[in-house]
Amino acid sequence: MLLLIALLPFLGFLVNASVGRRLSKTLSGGIACAALIASFVVAAVAVFRLLALAPEERVIEERIFSWITSGTFRADFTLLLDPLSAVMILVVTGIGSLIHVYSTAYMHEETSPEYARYFSYLNLFAAFMLLLVLGANFLVMFVGWEGVGLCSYLLIGFWFQKKSAADAGKKAFIVNRIGDFGFVLGVLLLWTAFGTIDFRAVAESVAGYAPEETFGRLSLITLLLFVGATGKSAQIPLYVWLPDAMEGPTPVSALIHAATMVTAGVYMIGRNAVLFSHAPETLTIVAVIGAATALMAGTIGLVQNDIKRVLAYSTVSQLGYMFLAMGVGAFGAGIFHLYTHAFFKALLFLGSGAVIHALGGEQDLRRMGGLKSQLPITYWTFLIGALAIAGVPGLAGFFSKDEILFRTFANGHQVLWIVGILTSLLTALYMFRLVFLAFHGVPRHPASATQHPTDATQHPAGAAEHPAGLHDAPPAMALALVVLAVGSILAGYIGLPHALGGSNRLEQFLAPSLEAHAAEGGHAANEGLELALMGVSTLVAAAGIGLAVFFFLRNRAAADQVAHRFAGVHRVLENKYYVDEIYDAAIVQPIRIVSEEGLWKRLDVRVIDGAVNGVAETVGGMGELLRRLQTGSVRAYAASVFVGVVCILGYYLWR
Amino acid sequence: MPTLDHYLLLSAILFAIGTAGVFVRRNLITILLSIEIMLNAVNLTFVAFGRVLGSADGQIIVFFVMTVAAAEAAVGLAIVIALFRHRESLNPDMYRMLKW
Amino acid sequence: MILFYLFAAVAVLASLLVIAQRNPIYSVLFLIASFGALSGLYVLLEAPFVAVIQIIVYAGAIMVLFLFVVMLLNAPHEDTEEDLERGVRLPSAGRVRVFGALLAIALVVELIWVVLASRRAPIAIAGEGVSSVRVIGRTLFTAYAFPFEVTSVLILVALVGSVVLARSKSGDGV
Repeated sequence: MLLLIALLPFLGFLVNASVGRRLSKTLSGGIACAALIASFVVAAVAVFRLLALAPEERVIEERIFSWITSGTFRADFTLLLDPLSAVMILVVTGIGSLIHVYSTAYMHEETSPEYARYFSYLNLFAAFMLLLVLGANFLVMFVGWEGVGLCSYLLIGFWFQKKSAADAGKKAFIVNRIGDFGFVLGVLLLWTAFGTIDFRAVAESVAGYAPEETFGRLSLITLLLFVGATGKSAQIPLYVWLPDAMEGPTPVSALIHAATMVTAGVYMIGRNAVLFSHAPETLTIVAVIGAATALMAGTIGLVQNDIKRVLAYSTVSQLGYMFLAMGVGAFGAGIFHLYTHAFFKALLFLGSGAVIHALGGEQDLRRMGGLKSQLPITYWTFLIGALAIAGVPGLAGFFSKDEILFRTFANGHQVLWIVGILTSLLTALYMFRLVFLAFHGVPRHPASATQHPTDATQHPAGAAEHPAGLHDAPPAMALALVVLAVGSILAGYIGLPHALGGSNRLEQFLAPSLEAHAAEGGHAANEGLELALMGVSTLVAAAGIGLAVFFFLRNRAAADQVAHRFAGVHRVLENKYYVDEIYDAAIVQPIRIVSEEGLWKRLDVRVIDGAVNGVAETVGGMGELLRRLQTGSVRAYAASVFVGVVCILGYYLWR
Repeated sequence: MPTLDHYLLLSAILFAIGTAGVFVRRNLITILLSIEIMLNAVNLTFVAFGRVLGSADGQIIVFFVMTVAAAEAAVGLAIVIALFRHRESLNPDMYRMLKW
Repeated sequence: MILFYLFAAVAVLASLLVIAQRNPIYSVLFLIASFGALSGLYVLLEAPFVAVIQIIVYAGAIMVLFLFVVMLLNAPHEDTEEDLERGVRLPSAGRVRVFGALLAIALVVELIWVVLASRRAPIAIAGEGVSSVRVIGRTLFTAYAFPFEVTSVLILVALVGSVVLARSKSGDGV
């Protein structure tokens, strides 16, 4: 049954990939959505079955087939359902289904073959992602890991005729690959250390050791695994692909680069919580990188002008929070934030998609404005999402983010807490900057202002026609927006902390999966601190929103003045700290030069070709020489025979 | 009484004469004749050894050698005839078509 | 003993003359003489069967064949230098002869060396030779039966080959 969860979308992929182009759009879209919705249903059933078991025994393992048996090493294709993967599959299938439905409307202007191609990729992605989270060992997980990377490439470069899209796809895949290299090394080291790559087996083996004091073997393994996570989940230093990935269709950004694929790294750490908690050195690195990434991305997002870029950097930033949580040992909190973030980030992306769709392809914030009245559904759902991500109390984001910050502080990482709080401020600020620039104020877009149709320059899906006014999200899209908005409000309540009267059921549910060391504990005693910190977070969120109101609602000129005063800083931020340029100069160009000049021209052409051609020439040359023996004169041949005989006889006589 | 060595020496001399003939002569037929001389020299060796060892094998091998020589002579002469038709000459140096 | 030297001398002399003659017909005739001498030597070695076969097959059949061919081709005397094609670069006759002589002498020397170098007592030609045709026949058809059959195939091949090679260009008929 577990296999079915991943199999259904895979079947959807097969159908759409093979005959999809001949099907009508309704049919191919319908098949894809049905596949994933069915998968969601099966997942729900499976989770119910899981819940029926006692908390300590909540594990369902299904061995599909035996894959590798070599000597003492064994890796089977096994699927595992436990609380952690239960959360993940529900998120993937649930939010995935919503996004599939949304896509049927968003991608409607594509031709039938392209439409089918899109949905086949989307289904394939879902299948791989489910495989990733359901895998019971590193091998199955890695299949999913690579698979989602592949689908990410395919989907980012969906409009591959556009060079920037094709480049973005390539960049994503290559950067991911670098991370994957680290990941594989980690897995291999893990195998040499423990002889197995099964998650539960490893956890059991590791539990017998004490946590490492210094940077030892476990730390190395976990660090390498984390490198893979930085690639997949867009942390420093491998985050550079995510902003570029916005070239893909917006639903893709919502699904892959907000809710699911990028969370794979967080999930991986959660899955190996026992292993990681035995390597405190690595955890420190994880936390620091998470916090640094969160802050850095927040600063960049503040000055971006493309609506999707802001959201992309926001995703990087929020992922940073998740890694911060993992790094301080609050594994449950990290997963909690993953879950709430899926809701509101997907909502925000889909909302921005509705905006882009309505404006016929416009993505620049400076050309938007005043859409609030024309796109009400989009506006209100978007607002809810923004409130959630900013950490306004009462909505989902507040609970999860707050849990992370509390744990960070409580586990003694006050500096990181400060970074986290600053990032919260920035999050509220840039998020509401986006809301105000896009929806409030004077309409700056020709379509919204003069109500004339415009030509689409950025969105190759083609121009939509707007007879009079803009059209708000069509039903398929609106449905997804509304459901996600509700989720953004309510989803957090299952993680309601003790301090506010809840029992944090999510964390309790997850505890058997995570089984981390006592790093998780000790929160019950600190309810006072928790409340105090919650208060601080709320204040910060309010401050952020207030600043946004001041700069972007009331007094736009002030914002420009500030930008002017700090022009240098502004430029640095706008250019994303020039990281891409630095990478290009430091890594890409040298490699390219070495490859082109060194390896290609010198090694390949001169040495290898030289050797091969040289052999040919030598043989030819020898042939040239030897052919002179063919004098054609019979006598010469006879002479040579006889001389040979004489010589041979002489030789033997001599001996 | 002649010893084995006598016969062997005689055979060696005849063989050398045949070799020289093959090399020196410029008439294809004479070359073939020289080859026959060589073959005969070998025959002599075989018979001598056969006699010394007291077995019939020497003579039997001679039998075969003669057969082969006959066949070879026949085919060789046929080739000579064919070549002669081509160039009207029996000089081996005229036939250099296999030159590079 | 005397007979041996007699026959040996005839054989060597005739052979030398074979390769020294200009006229190929004379060469053939001298070779026949050589064969005759060898035949005598075979008789001395108590191998009458081989001796007789030598005369019948070699002198009688093969040499006659040679004669036929020589006469058929109206083989001219050995070409002189001027008759050769222009532009064909050959070593001069003199040098060729010298080289050939050297070659032959080298060969002889080596072979003599072989014979003399074996430090054993000279083996006398004594004892019973196998002169009975019956014994030869029996050995031939039992121990050497396979080579015997193969030689028959060989002769067939030679037969077909020589016919094919020697026939005229027109292709049909012989």
